[in-house]
Amino acid sequence: MNGAQDMGGVHGFGPVQPEPNEPPFHAEWEKKALALVLAMGPAGGWNIDMSRSARENVPPGDYLSRSYYQIWIAGLERLMAERGLVLPEEIDAGRALYPPKPVPRTLAAADVDKVLRRGGPTERETKTNARFAMGDRVRAKNIHPTAHTRLPRYVRGHAGIVEAVRGCHVFPDTNATGAGEDPQWLYTVRFEGTELWGAESDPTVKVSVDAWEPYLDPA
Amino acid sequence: MAHDHHHHHDHDHSDLSETELRVRALETILTEKGYIDPKALDVLIETYESKIGPRNGALVVAKAWANSDFKKWLLTDATAAIVSLGYEGRQGEHMVVVENTPTLHHMVVCTLCSCYPWPVLGLPPVWYKSAPYRSRAVADPRGVLSDFGVTLPKDREIRVWDSTAEVRYLVLPMRPEGTNGWSEEKLAELVTRDSMIGTGLPKAPHEISK
Repeated sequence: MNGAQDMGGVHGFGPVQPEPNEPPFHAEWEKKALALVLAMGPAGGWNIDMSRSARENVPPGDYLSRSYYQIWIAGLERLMAERGLVLPEEIDAGRALYPPKPVPRTLAAADVDKVLRRGGPTERETKTNARFAMGDRVRAKNIHPTAHTRLPRYVRGHAGIVEAVRGCHVFPDTNATGAGEDPQWLYTVRFEGTELWGAESDPTVKVSVDAWEPYLDPA
Repeated sequence: MAHDHHHHHDHDHSDLSETELRVRALETILTEKGYIDPKALDVLIETYESKIGPRNGALVVAKAWANSDFKKWLLTDATAAIVSLGYEGRQGEHMVVVENTPTLHHMVVCTLCSCYPWPVLGLPPVWYKSAPYRSRAVADPRGVLSDFGVTLPKDREIRVWDSTAEVRYLVLPMRPEGTNGWSEEKLAELVTRDSMIGTGLPKAPHEISK
């Protein structure tokens, strides 16, 4: 979706503000926010693309006024509400008002290390031949899906070069809606900065995105 | 409004209290319903607060500086090379390492969210997830570098990697001059987190205590 999360090239946010010796967390609640989101993954049964979709599918003003952990918490509340796991009135009340729903599994303390080490690889067996090869010229499609997608607006319609073929990976656009993993070839596509930002822009800049095959046309 | 710091600060402050309450409520409810093991929360926090951080990445970089075979492996199969040092899993499942040279400088961003190589760098800093970085890294990387006090030669090619899929990028910075014969342990002290994102450079030998 063309939401506030798609920030590449947007003006007006001001300078980056690095924080010397930044701690991993800035408040106790941030620690809990991270841990709750990670711990609820196995119980909730959603995937990373559903999580991202839940975080970004909000009015742009809401997205931009939240800190990153606030965005995560809002996304978690939404995923749980959609599945009837926890309803908003329970959070308002500060306690459970309805009996629990059965969940596939609970992340036990003893399994945390194993589960984090396993992670969630997205590469899948290849069943088709890659349409593009290294060095091919491709153009990012001018598409505007209203649901989750990982093709940023700033490359749409622009031509670049396939720099690497990364194998077949879970396709976020279908995975986010529950329509399945539908693995697709993934490419690193490199664009000249001047192709993206115009002839007046810095000629020494090149930018790449990782783009799934359905996002690309030959150019 | 963005320039009205006092207003902005007050706004943030009241939001945080509200957020604190909601997070507390969530922890209570999820525990009551048996969806989470509260002890797992402690382990998760402990992991990302004190076990997984940029020290891991610094040891990867130092090893690549000291050992050309490892460097070759790291640049051709980063995931396996990094796993061999014990760093693996969530948000580092598919690693790619890109090497800075005298003519090429790499910088990593996620314009769409906050994708970052957790096993080697830990959790991303606030600025990495912030709108200023995500919006400008791809359009004005030299401007972003100047926010970090970094100025590169005008003819240095700048290559920005937008992490839009599950591939995670780590920058291999150039080994500082004057470090011949240094141990990996000592080399790692020169490797800053920002130098592995591409918004900084490694420390010079005189910047660390002997």
